[in-house]
Amino acid sequence: MMWVFPQTNVLDYGFAELGTLFGLAPYVFMFLIPAICMKFFAEEQKSGTIEILYTRPVTDLQVILGKYFAGLFLVIFSLLPTLIYYYSIHELGSPKGNLDSAGIMGSYIGLILLGSFFTALGVFASCITENQIVAFILGAFLCFIFYDGIDALASLEAIGSAGHFIEQLGVVYHYNALSRGLMDSRDILYFLSITATTILLTNLVIGSRKW
Amino acid sequence: MSIAVKNLTKTFGRQKVLDNISFNIEEGEIVGFLGPNGAGKSTTMKIATCYLPPTSGSLQVCGLEVTEYPLEVRHQIGYLPEHNPLYLDMYVHEYLEFIGQLHQLKRITLRENVRRVVDMFGLKKEQNKLIGALSKGYRQRVGLAQALIHDPKVLILDEPTTGLDPNQITEIRNLIKEVSQEKTVLFSTHIMQEVQALCQRVVIIDNGTIVADKAVDQLKDASVANSSLYTIRVSFENSVTKEQLSNIEGVVEVTEDVEGGFLLLAPDAQNIRATIFHHAVAQNWTLIELREQSYSLEQIFKDLTGKGGVRD
Repeated sequence: MMWVFPQTNVLDYGFAELGTLFGLAPYVFMFLIPAICMKFFAEEQKSGTIEILYTRPVTDLQVILGKYFAGLFLVIFSLLPTLIYYYSIHELGSPKGNLDSAGIMGSYIGLILLGSFFTALGVFASCITENQIVAFILGAFLCFIFYDGIDALASLEAIGSAGHFIEQLGVVYHYNALSRGLMDSRDILYFLSITATTILLTNLVIGSRKW
Repeated sequence: MSIAVKNLTKTFGRQKVLDNISFNIEEGEIVGFLGPNGAGKSTTMKIATCYLPPTSGSLQVCGLEVTEYPLEVRHQIGYLPEHNPLYLDMYVHEYLEFIGQLHQLKRITLRENVRRVVDMFGLKKEQNKLIGALSKGYRQRVGLAQALIHDPKVLILDEPTTGLDPNQITEIRNLIKEVSQEKTVLFSTHIMQEVQALCQRVVIIDNGTIVADKAVDQLKDASVANSSLYTIRVSFENSVTKEQLSNIEGVVEVTEDVEGGFLLLAPDAQNIRATIFHHAVAQNWTLIELREQSYSLEQIFKDLTGKGGVRD
């Protein structure tokens, strides 16, 4: 979409920037990440191998974090080829190198933080069901709610002035803020805290078998 | 004491799966856990391995309470779950290394331990295969191997020989016997021969309650002592009727056996056989079989658990 389609490709756009990549990437993530994470817990719960994991001398949190970082690693790994885009635009710009590197760096960081939150949501979705398809749909749904859902809610006229406040709860606001290139600690903290909360929620659900 | 169960109760919703059970297992003992399906064997084992919490009561492994020290307890236990769940898309040695790492074994110790269990269970030729490509017998061996990879003091095996063919069953039993030299072993089964072959003591559970907790030999004696009657199996070449046999002095009851013989109940095995023999000679019957029926464990099991009824 970034290079070929006539409406959205960067070559016709004329400006040396990777905006299309970072605009589209969250939507790709919304499908890619739940797909990666859907089997983490769901498959193990279905096949019974989860019993092996739960009877080892490791805490529930260690199990969750192990799976989480496996997923996150895969997500980051999938981002690496996009560095070629950066290099291409870098070469194609006139003069050479005429692109907002700081903004792009900020966008990558924002995207990685976004990916880490979506991965946490995917892991959570996987732990509450035995069915991988349900885990996928639920994960995608949760990612969408946090990304576009809150943004849409904030822009409803009925909400009025509270809209700005609600907007700040959503991922889009902080993601866009980071992609301007300014590392605001509020945005980074937002992502880290909602990711941590989701992981702790997963820990709670997993631990509930012991109640 | 290796495993100490005290007043253990487990309820799932409204169903009471374990009802106030208590038993102890000393270090180095091999104990068979017997019971019909649905009796509560797997549940007890899952509580012991800290997979499920008890509703009330206590279970201690090596002196550690399972609800208070789950991580330490799991370090001590090697567990083979029912149905032996395995990651089918992993290679055998890869899987064993993974389990070893979960038990915090590192580098050299890990490699040595993997090599040790691979040798112990005859997996040398299969160790580079995918687990999904192995036959059931070999998968069972992999399951046992992962239970022993960290050399635990306590082994808890849930139906280790289910679904295997007779050759494989013998192999697995020999392996279990070898490895349990200095370990405490608790394994569950509903095959009596296994109990007789492997363990010194048996705990029989039915419907969530312990119905027997004795040494294997004692169990047979106790049953005979209870009934105080011996069973003699006789068969003749001629056709003999029940009434004629009942008339023999000392015979309490006669039942016809499926295969054409008769089962006689009498209080004294020694003399009654002589009496039967002489009686047969006097009556000109040709005696084919005259045998004291030992009270089999199957019979004991049925007697102790038969009243349980059908469970869903």
